[in-house]
Formats: sequence, C-alpha cells, structure tokens
Amino acid sequence: MTQRLTRNDVERIATLARLELSDAEKDLFVRQLTEVLEYAEQIQSIDTTGVPPTSQVLSKQPADRDDTPRPGLSNAEALANAPDPSPHTGLFRVPRVIG
Amino acid sequence: MSTPPFQTAREIRDAVTTGRISAVEVCQASLDRITATDGRLNAFLTVAAERALTRARAVDAAGPGKPGKGSGALAGVPIAIKDNISTRGLRTTAASRMLKNYIPPYDATVIDKLDQAGAVIIGKTNCDEFAMGSSTENSAFGPSRNPWNPERIPGGSSGGSAVAVAAGMTPVGLGSDTGGSIRQPASLCGIVGLKPTYGRVSRYGLIAFASSLDCIGPLTRTAHDAALALSVLAGPDSRDSTASREPVADYVGALSGDIRGVRLGVPRTMLEQGVHESVRGCFYSALEILKARGAEIIDIELPHAPYAISTYYFVATAEASSNLARFDGVRYGFRAEGAHELKEMYEKTRREGFGPEVKRRIMLGTYVLSAGYYDAYYLKAQQVRTLVRRDYDQAFEKVDAVAMPTSPTPAFKIGERIDDPLELYLVDVFTVSANLAGLPALSVPCGLTHDRLPIGLQMTGRPFDEATLLRIGDAYERDTHWWKECPAI
Repeated sequence: MTQRLTRNDVERIATLARLELSDAEKDLFVRQLTEVLEYAEQIQSIDTTGVPPTSQVLSKQPADRDDTPRPGLSNAEALANAPDPSPHTGLFRVPRVIG
Repeated sequence: MSTPPFQTAREIRDAVTTGRISAVEVCQASLDRITATDGRLNAFLTVAAERALTRARAVDAAGPGKPGKGSGALAGVPIAIKDNISTRGLRTTAASRMLKNYIPPYDATVIDKLDQAGAVIIGKTNCDEFAMGSSTENSAFGPSRNPWNPERIPGGSSGGSAVAVAAGMTPVGLGSDTGGSIRQPASLCGIVGLKPTYGRVSRYGLIAFASSLDCIGPLTRTAHDAALALSVLAGPDSRDSTASREPVADYVGALSGDIRGVRLGVPRTMLEQGVHESVRGCFYSALEILKARGAEIIDIELPHAPYAISTYYFVATAEASSNLARFDGVRYGFRAEGAHELKEMYEKTRREGFGPEVKRRIMLGTYVLSAGYYDAYYLKAQQVRTLVRRDYDQAFEKVDAVAMPTSPTPAFKIGERIDDPLELYLVDVFTVSANLAGLPALSVPCGLTHDRLPIGLQMTGRPFDEATLLRIGDAYERDTHWWKECPAI
C-alpha cells in the first residue's frame, strides 16, 4: 500500500479540493504528505476484520425536533457578508460559469 | 516568587451578586489587564470593550435589589471567546484570512447561554487557523505567546483563550477541542481545561473543523470554575441534533473533595517512550497525591492508543476537507480578485484565503476520501476508531477514570517545529483518543519544570461523567498549590 505521492498526485488532489497551489507548495506537499502517510501507514498492520466503522460516537439516537417552520435570516442579513452581493435582486453575484 | 492568584469566576460572581463589586468594575479591570499585557502576548484578535461595558451595565441593572448587584451563575464574569465561535455582530475570523472581515448574523448557542447566565464577553481570542494546530502559530494574525515564557508557544489550537486565563485577563475562556485543543494549551499555560463528552455542549455556531470530534469547553483557573462553566454550557439544543438530551449533572455539587475508592487507570506502557523527564516526574507525583487522598491506582492497557494519532489525522482531515468546501468566495468571507470565471475564482480564493496548515489538511483529507484510497485510509481509520473506543470501554469496566499526562513535553519555542508538521502532530499523543472515543477529559496543572514551564495532568472519563473528573481535579487542587502559581507577566 505504501507509495510515495508524486507531483501528479498532488496536482490531482488539489484539483479535487479546488485549491490552486504554487510550484513551491506542490514540492512541499509531495514531501510533507508523503511523510505523514508513511507514518500513518502503521494502521494497516491492525487486523480490523469484522470491526464495524465508527462514523460518530453518539450512543443514542440524535435528537430530532418537530418539523415546524420558524424564522431564518432575512435576505439582507444573508447578503451582508457576501463579497459581491446584488442587494436589489437579493442574490449572490459570481463570475461567469460557462466559458 | 509569583504574584498573588487572580480572582476566580466563583469569587467574582459572588462579589457581583452580593453587591460588593459591580460588573462594570470587574469588566474595566479585565480590559485594563488586557491593555497592560496583551501587547506582549497576542491573546486577543478582537477586544470588544464598548460591547462588554454595555453588557456589564445591563448585568448590574438587572440584579435583584440595588444597582451593582447582578444575578446569574456567571454574573459579571468576564469571558474570552475563541474566535471560531460565532458572536452576532462581533467579528469572528477563525484566525483565517478567509474570514478576516466576517460578522456573524447569529450567536452560537453557548453565547446565548453565557448571556443568560450574566457573563460578560470581553473579546475574541487567537487560535490556530480553523483550530488546526497545537501551537497557535498557524494563526493568520501572528502567534500568541506563553505568559510563562513569551518565547514559547502557549499550545493550541485554543492558545489565545489559554493565555487570557493564565495571564489574568479573564477568569474563563471558551475553547474548542477536536484533538486536544482545549487540554493541551491549558496544560502548557498552567490552567484547567475541560473537553466535555461529545454532544454534551451544543456545537451550533462553532465553525466546523471535524464535526464528529469537535467539542466546545471551558478553560479556567480551577476545577470548580470549570464545573461552574460547564453547568452553564451543557444541555440539549434544538439547533444541534448531536447535542445530547442526557440529563445535565450537578457538576458543582459533585465537588465533595472525597475521592476515596475512586479507581484511576494508568496506561504505563504509553509513558515509557517520548515523554519528557519532568512531565513523567510530575505525573507520577500527582498520582501519589491522589493515592494519599484515597484513590486507587490500577495499571491498564490501551492497546490501540499508539495508533490514535494516525487514525485521528485520517478522520479529522477527511471531515475538514468536506467542512471547508464551503469557503468558496460566494456567500461570505474572502474572495480573490481578478478571476474571470467561477472555477478559477474558487481556486484563487482558496489559495489566497487559506494558510499552509489548512491547505495541508484539506489536501490530506481530500486524498483519503478520493476514489481508490477511501477503503484503505478512511474506512480503515474508522474501524481503528472503533477499536480505540473498545479499549476505553474495557478499561472502564475496572476503573473510573484514566490518568495520563496531557502533553508529552512542556511548551516548546515558537518556530521550533513549524517546518515539521508530522512532529507537531505527534504532540497530540495523549489527547486525541478522547476525541475519537467521544469521552470527557480534564487537564489540571500538576507541576512546573525547573525553568518554570507548566505541566498538566489529564484524566479521561466515561461518557457524560464529567462530574467524576471534576471531583478528582478539585480534590487534587485541595492538596496542591500548582493552580495558584501565576506567570510573572
């Protein structure tokens, strides 16, 4: 299982994560992520046959509330922190989506 | 020697509710202390002086009887809030460039609860960016400094709140703990830190890092104050489905000083390697004191504990990569300039908005969740997480709490480990397993090194049994002076 990450791997992961990286960051992450993965590889040695995964630790069912409407943020409040709001349409503005 | 101890939350509350001092006077003293010391320590990212004084006046006015007589479990008590906890109308940055100018439109549930209890929020404290780190060096706004030695880290990620309490700026700080981020800075700053059971305190309004691990909890000078704070913070919340409906115990009432017959488990094999000599010494001395008070010390094994860090860094980064996908430059927060189409805008925004450690963890998390690696890394880690939990289940069949050091070393120097992320991850060796298992854990001061750097004793308990941990911590304080020690800042 152990394998060094390549620069291609790092570029592929960065694309999945929507993260632009500089050349220096790519080199750094190839080295650092490989180091972390090599260390963390130790869990492969544990026999987990038949062990169920733990995704959360709550022993009881989550507490659901009644599905009744209640007030949320106003449109103005929701737009207040937006980098490029369009207050008169009440929308978030973004650069063009289709090239 | 050290300066006299700072006032505890209990002392302040008692003085305010009996009218011996006003909340405004207490608030002003806190603000003055910040002015005098924080230029050297960088605990606060935002000091909300006017907001705090207005709030203090309201506490004084709301008190029963004459003015200057507040009410509530934390009446007039100044509190420092880690800057990843949302405060309505008060800038909340998560110590990230991404949220540098973000003003939350709502309060976290814990903020509502503190308000109702009469507490006075003084400001927002520095931390590692998005709570990712163990030194507060990953803040976009510069590191916080340890009041015991400003050349050293205060620990992290809740470093600013720990510094605020240790330096006497506020008696209580709020932090969040995903892998040790309350307990480790508490230990390194010589104060008390409590990570509650997962679900004991609502996470509504906490900026998410790893949702199955994150817990909000208090940093204080005494176990009694931690009990007082937890009794305010704990409880169900209709806005957080993971907030437990388990009844809230009487934490303050549990502090009887009596620990006769309490069984404390010690995983001795974990202490054989990689633990600083002074940490080991203080830890075993602390066990002797607890034993003299009637606790029984029992050897236990946590066979999968050595794998907890690896497990943690797979689980936590996977969840982080998913949680941090929301920072896209559209609805709130930073947006990079100059992008001509949407995908480019996302990528540039995240490049410029996130710091190096956050990027590293997003990368690792994205990798372990990606096609072809999910089973080998993420699923495998979730299975080992089950084994870590079972170790504790088995231990709790014969003991009431597990004792370990909080941190394997005292505070290291700022900059010393910044280039070696793996080495920095390893400092979480004693803290991460409580998060993976969802258990409560308490760190209390248990000594100082020869050059006066604090050391912490950690106790981990059964789910929702914070009361036993606080009772042990309080009993320990009754026989020791470490909690009274103050840095000469």
